[in-house]
Amino acid sequence: MIPKDLEYTRDHEWVRLEGDRARLGVTHHAQKQLGDIVFVELPPVGKTVRRGERMGAVESVKAVGEVFAPLSGAVVEINGGLSGSPDLVNKDPYGEGWLCVLKVSSPEEAEALLDPSAYEAFARSQG
Amino acid sequence: MSTIYDRGAPGRRALALPSLGQPEERLLGLIPAGMRRKRPPRLPEVSQPELVRHYTALSRMNYGVDTGFYPLGSCTMKHNPKLHEDLARNPALADLHPLLPPEDCQGALALLWEFGERLKAITGMPGVTLQPAAGAHGELTGMLLLKKWFEDQGEERKRTKILLPDSAHGTNPASAAMVGFTVVSLPSDRRGMVDLGALNLALGPDVAGIMLTVPNTLGIFEEDILEITRLVHEAGGLCYFDGANLNAYLGRARPGDMGADVFHINLHKTFSTPHGGGGPGAGPVTVSEALLPYLPVPDVVRDGVEFRLAWDRPNSIGRVHPYLGNTLVMVKSLVYILTLGDEGMREVSAGAVLAANYLRAKLKGAYVLPYDRLAKHEFVLSGEGLGEGVRTLDVAKRLMDYGFHPPTVYFPLIVKEALMIEPTETEPRETLDAFADAMLAIAQEAKEKPELLHQAPHATPVRRLDEARAVREPKLRREF
Amino acid sequence: MNPYIPHTGEDIEAMLEAIGLQDVEALFADIPRPVRERHRPVGLPPQDELGVQRHLVGLAERSTGRKLVPFLGGGLYDHYIPPVVGHILSRAEFYTAYTPYQAEVSQGTLTWMFEYQTMICELTGMEVANASMYDGAAALAEAVLMAHRATGGTTILVPRSLNPRLREVVATYAWGAGLPLRDVPYDANGQLALDSIPDGICALIVQQPNALGTVEDLTGVKERLGKAFLIAYASPIPLAVLEPPGSLGADAVVGEGQALGNPLSFGGPLLGFFATRKDHLRRMPGRVSGQTQDVNGKVGYVMTFQTREQHIRREGATSNICTNSALCALAATVYLAALGPDGLRRVALLSFERAHALAERIARLPGYDLAFGGPFFHEFVVRCADPARAVDRLRRAGIAVVPPAFLHPLGVRDGVLVAATEKRTEEELDRFVAALGGR
Repeated sequence: MIPKDLEYTRDHEWVRLEGDRARLGVTHHAQKQLGDIVFVELPPVGKTVRRGERMGAVESVKAVGEVFAPLSGAVVEINGGLSGSPDLVNKDPYGEGWLCVLKVSSPEEAEALLDPSAYEAFARSQG
Repeated sequence: MSTIYDRGAPGRRALALPSLGQPEERLLGLIPAGMRRKRPPRLPEVSQPELVRHYTALSRMNYGVDTGFYPLGSCTMKHNPKLHEDLARNPALADLHPLLPPEDCQGALALLWEFGERLKAITGMPGVTLQPAAGAHGELTGMLLLKKWFEDQGEERKRTKILLPDSAHGTNPASAAMVGFTVVSLPSDRRGMVDLGALNLALGPDVAGIMLTVPNTLGIFEEDILEITRLVHEAGGLCYFDGANLNAYLGRARPGDMGADVFHINLHKTFSTPHGGGGPGAGPVTVSEALLPYLPVPDVVRDGVEFRLAWDRPNSIGRVHPYLGNTLVMVKSLVYILTLGDEGMREVSAGAVLAANYLRAKLKGAYVLPYDRLAKHEFVLSGEGLGEGVRTLDVAKRLMDYGFHPPTVYFPLIVKEALMIEPTETEPRETLDAFADAMLAIAQEAKEKPELLHQAPHATPVRRLDEARAVREPKLRREF
Repeated sequence: MNPYIPHTGEDIEAMLEAIGLQDVEALFADIPRPVRERHRPVGLPPQDELGVQRHLVGLAERSTGRKLVPFLGGGLYDHYIPPVVGHILSRAEFYTAYTPYQAEVSQGTLTWMFEYQTMICELTGMEVANASMYDGAAALAEAVLMAHRATGGTTILVPRSLNPRLREVVATYAWGAGLPLRDVPYDANGQLALDSIPDGICALIVQQPNALGTVEDLTGVKERLGKAFLIAYASPIPLAVLEPPGSLGADAVVGEGQALGNPLSFGGPLLGFFATRKDHLRRMPGRVSGQTQDVNGKVGYVMTFQTREQHIRREGATSNICTNSALCALAATVYLAALGPDGLRRVALLSFERAHALAERIARLPGYDLAFGGPFFHEFVVRCADPARAVDRLRRAGIAVVPPAFLHPLGVRDGVLVAATEKRTEEELDRFVAALGGR
């Protein structure tokens, strides 16, 4: 359940780098821990975020997964489909359940992201 | 479940009111047109028998302490003595307007003054405010007191952090945040207590204080409490004690003797006032010498045989309540203290701790007990490993079928699948035995017939409710 | 034996044996010895029920105020409470229950919470309401904090005509949160005089009717505020006939619900109500009951949108509130259901009628006048040269009004605040006028 073509963070988020754009979402592990997702809070398009800054949240009935910016940049696109169907994050976390796209301002930060095997080891250590 | 709006018919009335002396239209005409209501509020129209039947029916779908055993951890659901209810309804108290001048409310002021004095003695602390209306309100008051103290020391910009053990109640971080403090979480050690090493590392010139629950939410008394408060004080910080768990040591130990600077007391827990389905409670706060100048005003003071209100406290944080606090709740707790006396208060903590440890001993083989040591008034089990796909939530729901209210579940957060059990001192041994038997039977069912637990409860007015639907398709009021 | 603890000597021994301890003291061995040794008793012997009752009733009855005829207002009002309210509240299944975290055994509480939320929305003209706050002052302070979160503004515009007790509580919360207060004056009618709206404000508070008793005209106020919040602090009985602030653009409507079936209680417990717009639901403090279904499709209620609350969101919660005023909210629910729309309007208009009849008669007395020209509801300020003397005359006639010092923070030093409800009789009105008239 950890796609090989993505990069990851210790906050259980995935990142797909596409040139100077980064599409991001939460991992299968994260959605499973939260349970039925009922609400996704996303930043407004245009907002600039610094790496590690809180930029949204994925909520189930009794838990909140805060979303932190995996990289610095500006929000250029958000997944509008999540407001009506937040459960897309449960059903397809790496596909239809993506959260937003950032225009990356400091590409060198990407070096700190985890590769799939490093993330797998990290997720396992978390239980 | 039908609501009161589903009953009645247009034109029905539940009571007869006096008539107006003039036509309604004439009176309404005195209100400028732009301010006059155009459409009346849609309220139920029911006769008195329908009204009474409806709310009686609703009450029968509820579970209270008077219904049965309610071992809800951290909530101290003890018996609510009936004398208290009657006395609080006395018109000499209930019908008294708080803006009457002090000379016309001497009785109420005398009661409040006496209550404050008792709380000071019970907690071993020199100052008190009765204004906070609930535990979290007391916490907020305490955090404001800390802010004011550091402002007076010229350190309010520097000391911005509050340390919180990872086992703390959620109200603690929320209260600290309301006053602009940053929350720093302290890990617990293997004993389930504050890790002194971690505390030492966290302390510094940026720390305003620590918020501690004693005993903590695992039901464990911090054995290093004197060391903890000494370290915090030496680092220039103050110690806030969350008094939610005072029932564990009532009449035997005092927060003032442990180094507390602020202590809030949930009257609806330790001091037996009913919880009302979510309130009202009261959360008086006692303080150390250092914080006396900052307490809210006014204060009830005694001058000989007279009582008056005093405002002479220039550095006060101000009011946290528009009047003097939840007087009618405090009256109940004063009656409780007077009935018990010192001896009775010692019996309360003895009975509470005895009952908790008795249940702990009985359940320990069948459930995981992550911290296996002497508990105080409550203890925490884990629902892990009970059976195929069985979770703590299933155990809780199954308990309802056995006629018990479930314990607190999934708290504290540091125990996976937590079940937090607080029996209180007011339950007979037979009830404790019956509850233990039910818990043991459920552990057995979890192994043999797990589907019975997954589908529980079976015997309640409604079965398991779809909470996700309640958020995805919000219906928070009746639509007309 | 302690009447509330059912453990006999035999029980205690059996329980200790099961635990594996010798005596009760061993249960407390984990409390550090110095702490146990420093403990001092309060110095109270246990007492029997009769003795405690005598003591308490004796103390309570020292309050002479309860024998006075109350023309007291200032935020809390002496309305008639139908006995049916008290009888429902005495159901122990309601008053001895905890917060309805376990929905399947709490449908009673969760259902009336849903009814209450509906009734508050109807009264205030709003879309969502929570299931109560401690009191009106706390509800107002929380509304200000919500406005700050929603708008990012900091300054709070506070009318001089706001009840001084409310102002003091709001000031305490605002100081904690670092939000400055700025005064807004009132005019000769006793109504809000809003000139220019400064930048960076998070909210304007408007009290309806205000602390002088005057009815405010909220028309067009929200339009002038832009994104800053219009927070209305409304008195619930007058809302039966006054246009609800929700219809006039208010972003939040809060207030003190004591008048709805709750006794004066010497000022506590009270009932804070809190209503807002759907857009702000996720910023709203406090508990909410929501309708859903069980596994069989049967309608039921749960506490919902809990991720806003402290037990889940911790320091990120919309408020720290946990215990609130549930039972007082139940009283309000039963009260409103008992009165219905016509009964509530009758209570409002009876209070209005009594207050206006009294005001007219007082204004005819030499030396007395109404202090403000604006419309009022069931409370008004009487202007006179020597308020202390007027209050003293009333007191000697067995009548209580709010001490004149209450009005000093509002800038009124020559006034007496008078309130009337449907409970005041013609004879009491006569007595009031006669006392002031000095005959």
